Amino acid sequence: MPNQPDIENLQKTCSQVRRDIVRMVHAVQSGHPGGSLGCTEYFVALYHHIMSFDPSFNMEGASEDMFFLSNGHISPVFYSTLARSGFFEVSELSTFRKIGTRLQGHPATEEGLPGVRIASGSLGQGLSVASGVALAKKINGDDKHVFVLMGDGEQQEGQVWEAAMFAAHNKIDNLIATIDYNGQQIDGSTDEVNALGDLGSKYRSFGWEVLSCDGNDIGELIDTLQTAKTKSGHGKPVLILMKTEMGKGVDFMEGTHKWHGIAPNDEQLENALGQLEETLGDY
Amino acid sequence: MTKLTYTEKKDTRSGFGDGLLELGRTNPNVVGLCADLIGSLKMGAFQKEFPDRFFQTGIAEANMMGIAAGLATAGKIPFTGTFANFSTSRVYDQLRQSIAYSEKNVKVCASHAGLTLGEDGATHQVLEDIGMTKMLPNFTVINPCDYHQTKAATLAIAEHHGPVYLRFGRPSWPMFMENKLFEIGKAITLIEGGDVSIFATGHMVWKAIEAEAILSEQGISAEIINIHTIKPLDVNAILKSISKTRCVVSAEEHQIAGGLGESIAQTIVTNDLVPQEFVAVNDQFGESGKPEELLDKYGLGVNDIVEKAKKAVARKQ
Repeated sequence: MPNQPDIENLQKTCSQVRRDIVRMVHAVQSGHPGGSLGCTEYFVALYHHIMSFDPSFNMEGASEDMFFLSNGHISPVFYSTLARSGFFEVSELSTFRKIGTRLQGHPATEEGLPGVRIASGSLGQGLSVASGVALAKKINGDDKHVFVLMGDGEQQEGQVWEAAMFAAHNKIDNLIATIDYNGQQIDGSTDEVNALGDLGSKYRSFGWEVLSCDGNDIGELIDTLQTAKTKSGHGKPVLILMKTEMGKGVDFMEGTHKWHGIAPNDEQLENALGQLEETLGDY
Repeated sequence: MTKLTYTEKKDTRSGFGDGLLELGRTNPNVVGLCADLIGSLKMGAFQKEFPDRFFQTGIAEANMMGIAAGLATAGKIPFTGTFANFSTSRVYDQLRQSIAYSEKNVKVCASHAGLTLGEDGATHQVLEDIGMTKMLPNFTVINPCDYHQTKAATLAIAEHHGPVYLRFGRPSWPMFMENKLFEIGKAITLIEGGDVSIFATGHMVWKAIEAEAILSEQGISAEIINIHTIKPLDVNAILKSISKTRCVVSAEEHQIAGGLGESIAQTIVTNDLVPQEFVAVNDQFGESGKPEELLDKYGLGVNDIVEKAKKAVARKQ
């Protein structure tokens, strides 16, 4: 039986991660707060409840659950969660996007930041990489899972569908992919830019098991991730269509693509932090 | 030095296939991937003997590179196989981000490179791949010259940790490198000479050997050096040879921009400036034809090497 999640505690962690995100982006006046805020529950659920891993970190991750971020621009939420999970000191979050940092604008392995296993930023590549890792786990008889997060706009990249076809054909059923389904991309809504159609049907017709949930309801999200784990091992890769609100938790950033890639000014930062309780201590 | 001759021809891609099979038997971490070209890449024997360590990706090269990066992340040593154009230009962003920048131990093995692909024509005759791969930080770039060297290189790159681009070709080609030591980054002096250094890579090495015989009859002593590793370049071997000969010809089945000749030019300009002539494709696409016809038409024949060598020697005065 899976552990019962401590929802209240997880929500407190989410609040702190959201504070980290807006503070990191504000400090360097660059970065991507919108998608980061929208995916906060997903990262906290994975790293604080769902996955088993060793924060001392080794690249190969044998006998560990492993996570890959394909939409690398939401690095602030990734870095905050890694720090708050013990991969590195939270004080290092203050170096985000500054010269010499391990916390590059988009995640990278070159500086050796614990927790990052692949560079991402140029979209469409993460599902392939995660499929390769999941294949290696199968060869090695390793029964742990591989998780990957993609954007919804990212589904416009052709490589995603190459990987979707390959993963189903090869029965990569230890792979749990999630799409951040917020309906927004840089230039506008996904419907305006290049409509995604019925993503669930598309993945089902490719041979995937498809689940959906509210990604900003951490209880429902954890239930869905647990269900995904029970669906694994049955010959099909699993996809979670995770409805989120871009900018979630900061009212003036919610539900708009405008905060995809811009930073709050001093006044907006104060306003945002006023909406987010400091629960674990700011970095 | 013994005179270089050959009695048999074989395609370099078979050297890759035979090397990969041997690796399968000796290194359990080696895995193979192919994008619907198993026969062309000579990967069938590996697939048959190690079906659990072989992945057919179908016609989806970008995905294949990502899968390889993932396999490498988890400790495998993936060897990808497809044509050279699909191994580079088609997947350049995947090579750059998921493999080079991410420092993945992936071996990108590329057949049918260059004009000698022949009749399929310019769509498949990639002449820009050395340039593309040598520009990527962390990549090692190797272009072996015959069956034996391709097999030796295939074995060697499994022992080297880091991304490698291994470039070979389609046609049957003279075999003359049996039992020759292969070391990544170490050039091989095939014929010693004092008047001109001819640095050749890939199929052009045999052409350079043929050119040397003609030059010798004309009283010009050419030194023939096989640069199988374009990156990292064996700078010491190049400087040592030109300190003696004082002029250079580079010969490669590649665009003049971005190739071996350009790397050599950079080396001599920054260390010891001597005249250099280039045997390479001059900013053109190829076309259909027989390999030898194409090499001659595009200025990559034996006589082109001879003429460029004479020009280089003349420029010394």
